[in-house]
Amino acid sequence: MSNMIRRYGASLTLLICLLTAFWLLMLVIVPNITLLESSFRPYLPVTEIGGPKDIYTVANYMKVFNGAIEVSPFGFTFQIPVHVLTFSLTLFYSVVVTLICFALAYPLAYFMAKILSARSLPTMFLLLFVPLWVSEVLRAFAWWMILALKGPLSWVLLQLHLIDHEVRWIVGYNGVMIGLVYTYVLFMIFPVYNAISSLDSNQIEAAEDLGAPWWRIHWRIVLPHAKPGIASGAVMVFMLSAGSLLVPSILGSTTSQWFTQTVQQWMLDALDWNTAAAYAFLLLLMCTLFVSLVMKIFRVKLSDIAN
Amino acid sequence: MSAGIDLQNVSCDFGSFRAVDNANVAIKPGEFFSFLGPSGCGKTTILRMISGFIEPTQGTIRIGDKDMKGQRPNQRPTALIFQNLALFPLMPIWENISFGLEVRGVDKATRRAKAQALLEMVDLPGAADKMVSQLSGGQKQRVAIARALAVEPKVMLLDEPLSALDLKLRQHMRAELRAIQKRTGVTFIYITHDQGEALAMSDRVGVMSQGRIQQVADPREIYNNPVNGFVASFVGENNIFAGSVNNASGGMAGFDTALGPFRARLGELAKGNNIKLYVRPEHTVLSETQAAENSVPVTVSEVSFEGAFIAVHGQTATGQTIVAEVRNDGSATVPEIGAARFAHFNAAHASILPDTTVVA
Amino acid sequence: MHKLRQTLARVYAGAFIFYMLLPLVIMSAAAFNNTDKIPAIVPWKGATTKWFAALWADDRMWHAFQNTIFVALAVALISVIVGTAAAILINSVSGNLRAALYGTMISTILIPGAVIGISTMIMWTKIGNGLGSDFILFNPGLHLSVLGQVSYIAAIVMLLVLARLQSFDQGLEEAALDLGASHAQVMRRILLPHLYPAIGAGAAVSFFQSIENFNVTQFTRGGADTLTIYVFSKVRSGISPTINALAFLLIVVTLAMAVLYEIKRRRTASVEAAREAEARHAAALEEAVI
Repeated sequence: MSNMIRRYGASLTLLICLLTAFWLLMLVIVPNITLLESSFRPYLPVTEIGGPKDIYTVANYMKVFNGAIEVSPFGFTFQIPVHVLTFSLTLFYSVVVTLICFALAYPLAYFMAKILSARSLPTMFLLLFVPLWVSEVLRAFAWWMILALKGPLSWVLLQLHLIDHEVRWIVGYNGVMIGLVYTYVLFMIFPVYNAISSLDSNQIEAAEDLGAPWWRIHWRIVLPHAKPGIASGAVMVFMLSAGSLLVPSILGSTTSQWFTQTVQQWMLDALDWNTAAAYAFLLLLMCTLFVSLVMKIFRVKLSDIAN
Repeated sequence: MSAGIDLQNVSCDFGSFRAVDNANVAIKPGEFFSFLGPSGCGKTTILRMISGFIEPTQGTIRIGDKDMKGQRPNQRPTALIFQNLALFPLMPIWENISFGLEVRGVDKATRRAKAQALLEMVDLPGAADKMVSQLSGGQKQRVAIARALAVEPKVMLLDEPLSALDLKLRQHMRAELRAIQKRTGVTFIYITHDQGEALAMSDRVGVMSQGRIQQVADPREIYNNPVNGFVASFVGENNIFAGSVNNASGGMAGFDTALGPFRARLGELAKGNNIKLYVRPEHTVLSETQAAENSVPVTVSEVSFEGAFIAVHGQTATGQTIVAEVRNDGSATVPEIGAARFAHFNAAHASILPDTTVVA
Repeated sequence: MHKLRQTLARVYAGAFIFYMLLPLVIMSAAAFNNTDKIPAIVPWKGATTKWFAALWADDRMWHAFQNTIFVALAVALISVIVGTAAAILINSVSGNLRAALYGTMISTILIPGAVIGISTMIMWTKIGNGLGSDFILFNPGLHLSVLGQVSYIAAIVMLLVLARLQSFDQGLEEAALDLGASHAQVMRRILLPHLYPAIGAGAAVSFFQSIENFNVTQFTRGGADTLTIYVFSKVRSGISPTINALAFLLIVVTLAMAVLYEIKRRRTASVEAAREAEARHAAALEEAVI
């Protein structure tokens, strides 16, 4: 602190600290504390706030367990609370989306890092950046159009005689998954690309020279080196997918429900901010647990993830 | 308008490490003064204390009789030339030079004119609108000097400014710096580890080692009459003989060594056990006959041609190597390897000095 | 690498680009299709610009557009100021404090937008209730959207400015101080100019991130529209190809800006290269003379 004052003078140092404090306290830390605190309070009309009913309770969290429905995956039938089901499916499909994104992104990232010439690289980046700058809502909408019952996808496949009548593509979570992959795959490409490009190409050539087949080179040399990038990309894609509201809303079907939609219902439909806070906190918990898990598995630190 | 600098009992500690220990020196106004010493000797710390980036832990620094305690760098009448020059890369040259005037509120036209005048003084008349990245190393040097001179400082502080330049350019810039200093009359405080630089440019030199000032004197004095072994070794080459004093009178003394008795001047600080006799190679002569005193039989072991002079190495009976320098002007015949000669020196050219660094 | 695999990789890259860009092309094409209501490219009923005209006439869209721009400008302004300050602060501290600050700042990027939106709403309305004030700040509205968006966009700006700070030579600040500059002058004339490229990039990124934000805005807007909200509600309720017209325009603008940026980047690079060549030439001359 004292060397800051020596370097910038007292008044500038104060200004800098105040601005940063404003951001971190008023925009980050206090809102999250308030969120947590609200989640433990019941939803009361204004007059009853501060009164006898205003006590700390976990009732909002327990609402997750209300309303059981029946599900039959893999032939086993059991009862499960609706929101728990939604939570689990959101988690599950976000992981699936992350895996698919990795599968799609890795070859491209490797190509850009090791095969593509340096001259073409800026053009490649430009081409990839353009969809990124187009708003998420428009990207989701584009797929809404393509996957529509009488849309272009059906039309093309009909023309090619691969199907004989229009297929409803948006069924179950299909639309949501397709939309999420398309929207967030770029967030997997860039960190993995960064990680791979820091790998000395000589290592790959040395391995080839020693007789290793291509799949072994990837498995033993490239992938381990790219670990921080993969972890970073996985975290980003998962967080964005699990927290996405636009894509599941636009590309969802009658049988799909994303956890964020549930949160939205509590907040904007039922106007029960406290329960919404509780559910939001559960969402945050899901994301944090995932991040910690990935960090443990991949043995990376938080600082590596900042892309 | 220049000022003198007084350091009185100045010390600087970094935690438990004493970087500068009890420095006392009075630098005269208009003087070109160098602090000379190896890296880590404390000369950079002294410079940063004078310029105000570090406060001394003890002692007083006065510039022009004014106590500088508590004065921040932007309040002191000093200008610092950094080792890496620190020219502002995003400003054209004239703005770099007139920056000190800009922050004092001088108007643009005056600034521009002043910058142009300074550019002419440092012999870069057309460079006003160029950017720093377009200049060579020597040109950047001169811009840095112009920038410092623009604020008309009472003291110029130069932090090894020539160390990044190559040899020929360095020698050229030495002469230029000295000329600029004489022309402007500003007090220059120059720090370097290169003794050739310090001796060539300065009015006086302060030799430093391990935070202490060893000796302050003009270059000749430093070279010819070093006060201890460190100074003697740092500013030039020596033949060194270990031994003990046996007889002292009138500034001369007898010195007993394994190679026999010598006679030499007795240094003032030569007390205690760890004293040695120092004589320079250029004062060591090889001849075929033994001299009256200070003469050692040697066998020529090596002859190396060093350009302006030839270094002849002779091995004594005890295995010590003595170096004699012969001028390369054809006046003396260079002995062959294996020849037997006598290496001798004049007592007036040799000094008996303490080997450890002892504060004057 | 084996030639076959290289070719395969190239084909894959091409296919990937195709996959990325095709949906956007299809979406844009539908803006020109003379259909009745639902946006589609099959069946193709002839080219038309009537949807662009309809878009021009859509008041709600203009209102939303206006709101979007205001919000984005506010977000860019605040994020740049706060992010730059935070970057300078982080750069000056070290050890555990630095790690803690850095971790808190980065975590904002990872928090789901829904959580940010809800927490922002709850906090400010609570403050309003606590103070007994009905001041606009404490009620739902786009101002809360701005604050919510800033909470994580400032972190992006911070990262950009911090990276640029690492390449700054602190000696320049010392030189300026030594020449007599005050701290404010040093900041204004030495440090900030060095940071301008990062600050500019930060402003641009903030602006665009704000425009396309949905989650935070959805929970904090209290009824007001932004473009993303507008499009979203249209997709859910009454769709028409005016959305495609809007999409097409946005894509064209994005492309234009990407191209402009690339041109500018190449021009600056060549100027720099020319200057360095001049310096080398001057150095060679110098050596010859001496």
